Amino acid sequence: MPREFKRFAPTPSPETQHYWDGCKEGELRLQRCDQCEHTYFPPRPFCPKCASREVSIYKASGKATLWSYVIHHRPMPGFKPPYAIAVVQLQEGPRMMTNIVECEQTPEALQLDMPLEVRFESVSDDINLPVFAPAQK
Amino acid sequence: MKPKSVAIVGAAETTELGKIPNLSQTQLHCDAALNTMKDAGLGPGDIDGIATAGESPTNLAMLLGITPTWVDGTSVGGCSFMLHVRHAAAAINEGLCNTVLITHGESGKSRVGRGGGMRGGGGGSSLPAQFEMPYGPAGPPTLFTIPVLRYMKTYGITEQQLAMVSVIQREWAAKNPRASYRDPITVDDVLGSNMIAYPFRKLMCCLVTDGGGALILTRADRAKDFPHKPVYIMGTGESVETPMVSQMEDFTSSKAFRVSGKKAFDEAGISHGDVDHLMIYDAFAHLPLYGLEDLGFCKPGEAAGFIGDRNTAIGGKLPLNTNGGGLSYMHSGMYGMYALQESVRQMRGIAPAQVPDAKISIAHGVGGMFAASGTVIMTNEA
Repeated sequence: MPREFKRFAPTPSPETQHYWDGCKEGELRLQRCDQCEHTYFPPRPFCPKCASREVSIYKASGKATLWSYVIHHRPMPGFKPPYAIAVVQLQEGPRMMTNIVECEQTPEALQLDMPLEVRFESVSDDINLPVFAPAQK
Repeated sequence: MKPKSVAIVGAAETTELGKIPNLSQTQLHCDAALNTMKDAGLGPGDIDGIATAGESPTNLAMLLGITPTWVDGTSVGGCSFMLHVRHAAAAINEGLCNTVLITHGESGKSRVGRGGGMRGGGGGSSLPAQFEMPYGPAGPPTLFTIPVLRYMKTYGITEQQLAMVSVIQREWAAKNPRASYRDPITVDDVLGSNMIAYPFRKLMCCLVTDGGGALILTRADRAKDFPHKPVYIMGTGESVETPMVSQMEDFTSSKAFRVSGKKAFDEAGISHGDVDHLMIYDAFAHLPLYGLEDLGFCKPGEAAGFIGDRNTAIGGKLPLNTNGGGLSYMHSGMYGMYALQESVRQMRGIAPAQVPDAKISIAHGVGGMFAASGTVIMTNEA
């Protein structure tokens, strides 16, 4: 997915800094509740299931499946249409928005439930963005 | 309000006060909320009403794991929380909810994650800005639409069936002189129109127009003194789920729709067979499918067949989006007002495509991208 312009880069907040630090170091970090073991996303310093503040950060597997997507056909700075905006199901449970790389951006190539694995793309000096590619067998 | 009918049973401030650079404004709300729930001995599942100012109640519902049946985002400055208490008392007395959480959080000095807005506070550091925006969505046509491929795969729904929603609504629009688009269209026309965000073509997306609308409500005992036939409110519902479509619990169904719809039906005390006319906010062609199923008119996966069999078309048993909808009538951005206006016209008996003898109408709306929902059931019978 060639990009001619810089795309929108997120600004980390105190409660998400660990996530972006992880991406910079090439790992996808999730949070899990120490009380009820619920894994959740996006980051926050408490469990949305049981309200416990005792939560741990851990390295996720980086494995996911393609849950749903659209293929955008209109111009967008930093993107070359058509490109897919996707949601993936992480092996650990949560879902997240992402792009699918190393793959044709067509309905034929983008099959729901296909196995994926995380990659990291630099979008600014500070930010590596997690994206997903078809899993290598 | 009724004196001494409602009480405050939990109250707490943030863990720290003063200078708190390690928490964003949103997390100050959450910190105060967690302390207050602990003070009251309650968990997220015990709260069914949420009110806040300077932050999106939808964002807090997602973060705190709350499924509300009542939401108040009244934001009129520093006294907003006094208004929230008053509105909450009315809502509790009316049975709209039982247990309300009112939150405040403000990074007034450190200014971490300030910003606000419908999708949550924080500007470039809001959760949607951090976890959705970098992937290139360009507004509703690329966000609202994301769940639909999962819905289509789950239930074996085709693009032709999705296109049929637009075709049948155009038939209704043809009867409406105020509709923006009135010429008949076919499934092939819809599928052949410009691709916006696969699988959505241009004719599966709402219009972009200008317009407005307003309503006046008063007590039922005064209503007969006015020039037009009164339209009585029978039941209402509301809920919010998440400001991020990627975090919807179920991509084949909207939790906010289900909670809002059930509350409205329970309040009205009616069954689905009693409904003569239905409006479902259709920013995109898949919304009537989700709406018909989540409101309980169809079983999961059966709405496309129900529409294809012309049940919602002219002469069908459940006339739907009779003004032509957001797809053909008009859509200014916040279309809910126009769904309400068409329900009122149908109940007054003056709609351009009037449903004969219609006595009960439902207007069901969506906010954001499956973020929020509101349902109003009306009747013209006192």
